[in-house]
Amino acid sequence: MTHFLQNLVNALQWGSFYALIALGYSMVYGILMLFNFAHGDIFMVGAYIGFGMASLLLALVAWGGLALPSWLILVLTILVSMFLTAIVGVIVERVAYRPLRDAPRASAAITGLMVGIILETGNLALLGASRVRFPSLIQSVTFDFGGVYVTNKKIMIVAVSISLMIALHQFVKRSKWGMAMRAMAYDYVVVPLMGVPLNTIAALTFGLGSALAAAAGILFSVAYPVLDPYMGIVFGWKAFVAAILGGRGSVLGATLAGFLLGFIEIFVAMVFPSTLRDLIAYSIILVILVFRPHGFFGEPYSARLRL
Amino acid sequence: MALLTVENMTHSFGGLTAVRNYDLSISPGQIVGLIGPNGAGKTTIFNLITGIYAPDQGRVVLNGEDITGLRPHEIASRGLGRTFQDLRLWRHMTVLEHVMLARYSRLDYGMWGAFWGTPRRWRQEAAAEKKARELIAMLGLSHLADQVVINLPYGAQRRVEMARALALEPKVLFLDEPTVGMTPEELDQIIAIIKRVHRELGLAIFIIEHRLKFVMELCQRLQCLVFGEVIARGTPEEIQNDPKVIEAYLGEEKVA
Repeated sequence: MTHFLQNLVNALQWGSFYALIALGYSMVYGILMLFNFAHGDIFMVGAYIGFGMASLLLALVAWGGLALPSWLILVLTILVSMFLTAIVGVIVERVAYRPLRDAPRASAAITGLMVGIILETGNLALLGASRVRFPSLIQSVTFDFGGVYVTNKKIMIVAVSISLMIALHQFVKRSKWGMAMRAMAYDYVVVPLMGVPLNTIAALTFGLGSALAAAAGILFSVAYPVLDPYMGIVFGWKAFVAAILGGRGSVLGATLAGFLLGFIEIFVAMVFPSTLRDLIAYSIILVILVFRPHGFFGEPYSARLRL
Repeated sequence: MALLTVENMTHSFGGLTAVRNYDLSISPGQIVGLIGPNGAGKTTIFNLITGIYAPDQGRVVLNGEDITGLRPHEIASRGLGRTFQDLRLWRHMTVLEHVMLARYSRLDYGMWGAFWGTPRRWRQEAAAEKKARELIAMLGLSHLADQVVINLPYGAQRRVEMARALALEPKVLFLDEPTVGMTPEELDQIIAIIKRVHRELGLAIFIIEHRLKFVMELCQRLQCLVFGEVIARGTPEEIQNDPKVIEAYLGEEKVA
């Protein structure tokens, strides 16, 4: 039982990473019918911006310019990096996707792959091939809950992730921008005719998704502090799977599917050798998709024809 | 002075001229109808005026301001609301959400308000919701306000489209074949609703329509469009008896 609970905690942590990244995929896919294959690399960019930000703040503290406790440095790093990565996302949309909005979807998808390669190799050119180490900002403290060991980092990661997801859910459900985003997912041609600027909503969608990916990148770096330019690729693919599993454009679906992915991976590894983890985990997901091809909360495409 | 004027508008798709030298003038409170056989370019004219396409030539002036070539959302928020021939609703959003979203350009609050809620946002949203519910009531949809539109009967969906267009507080309302697929009872109902909206809101209306009963009862002026050109304009009686109009409809369908 304690073994199970221990794994549950780990699954929640990994699920948080997947869910945060999947949300960005899902929103862009829902609203612009576009697979933003550069999104995993935005996660990587977010982690590196966070690395730069944290290093800068630590250097300032060491130099004596300002006295900040390290938890405050982490908070500032997360907030500033989310903002800067959102700008990167908006630029990607403006430069790479907006000119292709009416192009065939395959062209846009290929563009995403190319943007991803540019971000990876751009990072390589800028910082070199060696990995960097994310500075340790919070001291690890382990709590013992009757044999289940939980670190303060894990609690922080899951709590921050869930808060961000709730904020996003509120935003999409209630605000005028959120309403516009949902409307675009159903029929985007009429949205501007109701006085809503399409480009603003598209840029906002990319910005929000990128900010969440940056948060995931930094939280990941807190837990696993070694960064390399290709760290976003596998994460990107897995989060993409979660986005599809959740259903087109569904915030709730992407969140739940992200966590489900974390659970399946961790619990498969609990029973089988860890080298078989992804093989078995993704076979299970393949079977789920065969039975639910539009994911958990996606609607069948035939519905588009009915109205 | 005219509220909406279109001067000498021409537009081609590839080599095909879809609309040629089109003129229009609508005064405040006037109801103008646009008739013509299928494929004559009626909806293209709507799309050109509302900014979905930018016309190759010509000028569109709304309330004294040249709006030619502006983006659709800019034109819409300047006071041009429209409906669509093939219903275009956001399937799983509620009636109220449809009408609220059309208040977008009048809701003025920032990102902070959007995420965490501010008094400013709640105030603005309360005002927008009040306005939306008034329109929903005017179109007889109050009991359906919180329903998802995909579940509504066809006639109600048509009225949701109209409520959404009216939420823009348009100076001119564009209706693209509002009676398509309607039964005679629904037709009488929609005529009554359009009359009520026209009377209570005092707006000008520009309608694409085929049914003679409808245009005779509602429109003060008519234009007949064939192959992208206006072949006749006048009062409904004049148009009905115009030999060119009758000829254009022969083999297609009768004007009635």
